[in-house]
Amino acid sequence: MSEIMLSVRNVSKRFGAVHALTNVRLELRAGEVHALMGENGAGKSTLMNILGGVLQPDEGRIELKGQPYVVDGPAAAQKLGVGLVHQEIALCPDITVAENIFMSETNSRGGFWMETSNLNARAEQALAGLHPVPATALVGDLPIASQQIVEIAKALTLNCDVLIFDEPTAALTETEASALFSIIRGLKARGMGIIYISHRMAEIFALSDRITVFRDGAFVETLNTAETTPEEVATRMVGRPLLDLYPARRGKPASAACLTVDGIADGNLVKDVSLEVRPGEILGLAGLIGSGRTETVLAICGLAPRTEGRIRFDGHDIRQADYRASIRAGIVYLSEDRKGTSVFLDLSIAENISALDLRNVSGSLFIRSRDENAVAEEMRERLGIRCSSVAQPVRTLSGGNQQKVALAKLLAVKPRVLFVDEPTRGVDIGAKARIYAILRGLADEGVAVVAISSELPELIGISDRILVLHEGRVAGEVSGASMSEETVMHLASGLGPAPTQTRHH
Amino acid sequence: MTVANPSVMKRLIRVREFGLLAIIALIFVVMSFASPYFLTWSNMRAVMLSFSVEGIVVIGMTILLIVGGIDLSVGSVVCLSMVVGGALFLAGLDPWTASLIAIACCGFIGFLMGQCVTRIGLHFFIVSLAFMVIVRGLCLLITKGTPQSLFSLPPAFKFIGQGSLGPVPFVIVIFVVLIAVFDVLLRRSTFFRRVYYTGSNEKAALFSGVNTNRTKVICATICGTLSGVAGVVYMARFGAATPQFGVGMELSVIAAAVIGGASLNGGSGTIAGAVLGAALLSLVTSSLILLNVAPYWQDIIRGGILLVAVTADHLLNTRKSKG
Repeated sequence: MSEIMLSVRNVSKRFGAVHALTNVRLELRAGEVHALMGENGAGKSTLMNILGGVLQPDEGRIELKGQPYVVDGPAAAQKLGVGLVHQEIALCPDITVAENIFMSETNSRGGFWMETSNLNARAEQALAGLHPVPATALVGDLPIASQQIVEIAKALTLNCDVLIFDEPTAALTETEASALFSIIRGLKARGMGIIYISHRMAEIFALSDRITVFRDGAFVETLNTAETTPEEVATRMVGRPLLDLYPARRGKPASAACLTVDGIADGNLVKDVSLEVRPGEILGLAGLIGSGRTETVLAICGLAPRTEGRIRFDGHDIRQADYRASIRAGIVYLSEDRKGTSVFLDLSIAENISALDLRNVSGSLFIRSRDENAVAEEMRERLGIRCSSVAQPVRTLSGGNQQKVALAKLLAVKPRVLFVDEPTRGVDIGAKARIYAILRGLADEGVAVVAISSELPELIGISDRILVLHEGRVAGEVSGASMSEETVMHLASGLGPAPTQTRHH
Repeated sequence: MTVANPSVMKRLIRVREFGLLAIIALIFVVMSFASPYFLTWSNMRAVMLSFSVEGIVVIGMTILLIVGGIDLSVGSVVCLSMVVGGALFLAGLDPWTASLIAIACCGFIGFLMGQCVTRIGLHFFIVSLAFMVIVRGLCLLITKGTPQSLFSLPPAFKFIGQGSLGPVPFVIVIFVVLIAVFDVLLRRSTFFRRVYYTGSNEKAALFSGVNTNRTKVICATICGTLSGVAGVVYMARFGAATPQFGVGMELSVIAAAVIGGASLNGGSGTIAGAVLGAALLSLVTSSLILLNVAPYWQDIIRGGILLVAVTADHLLNTRKSKG
């Protein structure tokens, strides 16, 4: 048995009246990947912020390699050898990748001039194993996935004994994620202790040695990964057995398409995409970063201009890129960036839900707050939004419930075509199941649902058929039994249809 | 209930208007002991008069702050309204038409600023800084740098600024009506809901189909128009228009709005809060005068109040988001 790297004993943390952590423990060995799991609000992030020096525990003991571990800030934590890769990207957008990666070093070095060329070379080195990101690019110009890679590279340069990953793959594609996994395995082989937080069960089982489960701020159990199953872990997380994650496909989609997209391009990532959406189906849209998935949907919804192609809805041409007109026609879009573009964090749940169509809850000039609250209450019931009141600001809700509010906002206008982009990103497993059920329920009511997701098991679990994009073009379509991670990845990587499929042709 | 009381208290303290009312009440109690003149009708009248006209500008500024903008040009625009109205009157136009044209000019200045912000993509701060200087230059140009004497304004027009309904100055009546109208509009109209959406998260507003550019332009136009209204009221009150009027007004107006709970990040603010903020600043000034505090101290104290208000708000807000 290898030495114990980090031990957390009986740590508690309160925020006002809220007990974020109650007597939790965690033991991390050297050369171990230790997964920490739990629903949102289980206290994982609080503990990680304590370990990272961002928060101070109210009670309890933490020891690093047998020595008491007391840190008053992230810099102190890094000095002792504990690094944290944040779930939310904390980079400076206006400086280069290299300057971001070596931010803390530049800060502590104390020299007068920046050693730009040296930093660039070392940044290239740090990034080499991950994904090609130019060291001299400005971080703000990079897509989210590349920014996440920079965040990871930054932590890797710290030479830590303990490295904490908080949902590192949330914004990564499968390829980038598997590059990260091989790096994590390398770090593990060097004797580093790694704490890994993720909602993705498959990752946890592929990567971790042990799994510790938290629930409602309390320690539940530490399990050996080899001796347990995803179902068992999920049961521990929610405290009751989980039924099927993905809802059954019941109805038959209509045969006639309501929305037809013919050869659209946006002059950038989207080169030539044609697709049809039928009422009553869930169409999955897969593709790697850079495939133009999101951009295609933005162009269809009228949120971004298109340079070529035709869009027909109900037999009418949609000519202008005008999202307001799309909303009126019944075409709505759920953004992948919940906090940035989906919800108004400081406004109330009710005010959020009525944002798309105020006429729904108002007379000619004034908002009828009784109607507004009634709509919000109906949505709260229907989507299971957990809150004490619909007057509560959305900021105070958990990620999963914020996402339900974002969805409620769209459902309030009774859409006919619903585009959802990464609908369960950063959402706990209970809320995921609920969102899947909601999407399937909508399809059963005759809504056409188009879902984008980087999580292939999810996409395969919820979709009736999957359209795969590669570099702005449709690479192929899979449906029914031929939907598998292999067939989709094959198409997404630009290799054409998977071999098993070509035989059927 | 010992358990329920603290939480109710806490929630009330978090409502900005309640905190301001409490402070104002405190000033009333302390000052009524400290100075026999404080609680007299003439002093109260003077205090109300002093913030009523500027309060009209505070309403406009609050609206612009909510949408995520700011307007440094309000002092110059108020002055523009006075000198344009005055110049047109002196040129022979009847004062009512002259005033309407002056107000329209000010609204147009706001509209122009909104266009610069939304079309070119500049920041309100920079655009309004430029317009502050440009409009001040216009005022000097129109008046050739000398004050206009408008003693010949007809009594019916002077009534706007000098008359009273019973014991209440007409200026205060105008202010109260504007407060009532905009308070209802901000809380309940669909347009102002879009203003809050845009200021709270512009991208999310765009992704909800809100025409954020149009919303911002309209807010800037409202702010300019209300500054114009204030200028006309000043003109009627003073019977004169000086090209240097309103220098530095933007600072006290922004201070009042921010003390009243408007955030420079947009998305928050209420009319009631803004009015109480303006009232508080005016009460403090009046109290300091009654207490014979040297005028140089007054600015220091008012600046300190702004700092305290913003700090308190920040502390309450950070605790709120953690809890």
